[in-house]
Amino acid sequence: MSGRQEDIVICRCEEITLGEIREWIAKGYETFDELKRVLRVGMGPCQGRGCREMILREISAKTGAPMADIDPGTFRPPAKPVKLAVLAEGGDK
Amino acid sequence: MTLERTADVVVIGAGVQGCSIAYNLAKMGVKDVVVLEKGTICSGSTGRCGAGIRAQWGTEMNCRFGLAAVEKFEQLHEELGMDCGLNQSGYLMVAYKESEFDQLQKSMKLQNSLGIDTRVVSYSEAREICPGLAADDAVGFTFHNRDGHADPFLTTFAYMEAAKRLGVTFHRFTEVTDVKTVSGRIAGVVTNRGEIDAPVVVNAAGGYSQIIANMAGVRIPNFSERHEIIITEPVEPGVCPPMLMSFSGNYYIQQRPHGSIIGGCSPEGHPEDYEMGSSWDFLEMMSRTFIKLLPRTKGVRVVRQWSGLYNMTPDRQPILCEADNVKGFFLSCGYSGHGFMFGPISGELLTQLIIGQEPWIPIDMLHYSRFERGELLVEPAVV
Ligand SMILES: Cc1cc2nc3c(=O)[nH]c(=O)nc-3n(C[C@H](O)[C@H](O)[C@H](O)COP(=O)(O)OP(=O)(O)OC[C@H]3O[C@@H](n4cnc5c(N)ncnc54)[C@H](O)[C@@H]3O)c2cc1C
Ligand code: FES
Repeated sequence: MSGRQEDIVICRCEEITLGEIREWIAKGYETFDELKRVLRVGMGPCQGRGCREMILREISAKTGAPMADIDPGTFRPPAKPVKLAVLAEGGDK
Repeated sequence: MTLERTADVVVIGAGVQGCSIAYNLAKMGVKDVVVLEKGTICSGSTGRCGAGIRAQWGTEMNCRFGLAAVEKFEQLHEELGMDCGLNQSGYLMVAYKESEFDQLQKSMKLQNSLGIDTRVVSYSEAREICPGLAADDAVGFTFHNRDGHADPFLTTFAYMEAAKRLGVTFHRFTEVTDVKTVSGRIAGVVTNRGEIDAPVVVNAAGGYSQIIANMAGVRIPNFSERHEIIITEPVEPGVCPPMLMSFSGNYYIQQRPHGSIIGGCSPEGHPEDYEMGSSWDFLEMMSRTFIKLLPRTKGVRVVRQWSGLYNMTPDRQPILCEADNVKGFFLSCGYSGHGFMFGPISGELLTQLIIGQEPWIPIDMLHYSRFERGELLVEPAVV
C-alpha cells in the first residue's frame, strides 16, 4: 500500500485518515460503532454522511463480510443540526 | 474466538467498571480473567455518559472516593499507556437558593477537611472561569479546579488494552443468560455461546445488574432510569471550560476539548425502563437551559441527542461487595449516575476484596444489606 493512500482523510469532520482507520480495524475495532468510539469518525457535524460509506467499505474489505451485512451503526437524532434558539422555542415538530 | 470452558474470574459487562476490575485483577497477578460483553466494548452507559469527574461531594465516603478518583485519573495515561482525554477545568457548582448555597458550603467544609481544595467564588470570578456564563440569578458558587472530565471511550479502551496485554480475554457479542451456583457458592455462567465454570463471577452489568443478580438468586433493589443528553457542533474553545452543575437548576453542562458543548439533566417523572430513546421534550427543555446559562450559544446547532441508563439504588450510592448468600459472586453496580468517575477506584477496591486484601478505602457500608437494615447513605449532592 503506498503511503499516499494511507494519508487520505476519510472523515473530514474529525480529520481521520484511511491509515488510522485501517490501524484500528486491525486491532479488532471492526464495527462502525467501535471505530466511532475510538476515533470519533461519524461524530462530526455531518454525522457521518461524509465518511460512513467509505468506512463500511474498509470494514467489509478487512472482514470479508458483504457490505449489506455490515451494521452501519446507530443513527441519532436530530437528522440535521438545529440551532439551540430554534429548539428552545419548540422547534418544528 | 472460542469460549473458554473454565476461568479463574468471569467479569460480566465491559463498561468502565468491568474493564477496570479486569485490569486491576490481572495487575495483581490473577490469571485467566475473562470479560463477557453482550454488545461491543463500552456500548452501555459508559459510552453514553457525561464523563464528569469530581471530588465535590457531600458525604465523607464519596469525597474520599472522588478525591482518589481524581488522583487516579491524573496518572492514568502513564499507568495504562494510552491517553484518556483527561481535562481538568474544574466543576463550578451553581446554587440558586440560599438553602442550596448553605449545603454547598457545608459540603465544602467537609471537602476541605479531607484535602479537597474547593472554594467559594464570586459571580465575577465565576465568569472568569466560565466566560460564557450568565447566572445573575444565582446566589453563590463553589469551585474545585482539579475536577473535570475525561473521554469515556478512551478511558475504557485504555483499561481494556492494558488488561489484554496482561493476558485478560474479552468476548464481545457474548450474553450471559444464567448464573450457576452450587450450595451457596458461585459455579460459573451460561452464555449464548456456551458455559464457563469459574469460582469467582463479577456482576458489572450496569443497567442490567439486577437481572444478573436475580440469575444468581441475589436480590438487590436496583432499577434503571433513562437519562438524556445532547451535544452541539464544535464552537470556539473557552465558552464553558468547567463543568457547570446545579442541583436546583437541574443541569450539567460542559465543553469538550474539541469544542462541542454537552449537556444533560434529570428527567422529569424519571422514566424507569430499559428504553434508550430520545424525546422532544428533553431537547426543548435542555435547549432552553443552554441559552439561559450560556446566551452566546443561541446560534449554535445541536448535532446529536441520545440517552443511557442510570442504574439506581434507593440511596443513590453504589453496591460494591461480595454477595453473602452466594460466595464468590461479587457486585459492582448501582452507581446512580456517577459510575464513570468511580470506575478506576472501585475497580481497585473490588480487586482487593476479591483477592482477600483489606480495601484501602473501607467499602463495607457499600454492601446491599444496608437496604434491608434501613441504613441508607444519603448523598445530598446529585443531579
Ligand atoms: C446521560 C448520562 C450521563 C452520565 N454522566 C456521568 C458523569 O458525568 N460522571 C459519571 O461518573 N457518571 C456519569 N454517568 C453514569 C455512568 O455512565 C455509569 O455509572 C457508568 O458508566 C457505569 O459503568 P458500568 O461499567 O457499571 O456500566 P456499563 O457501561 O453500562 O457497562 C455494563 C455492560 O454490561 C453489559 N451487559 C449487560 N447485561 C449483560 C449480559 N447479560 N451479558 C453480557 N454483558 C451484559 C452491557 O452491554 C454493558 O456494556 C452518566 C450516565 C448517563 C446515562
Ligand atoms: S466526515 Fe466523518 S463525521 Fe463528518
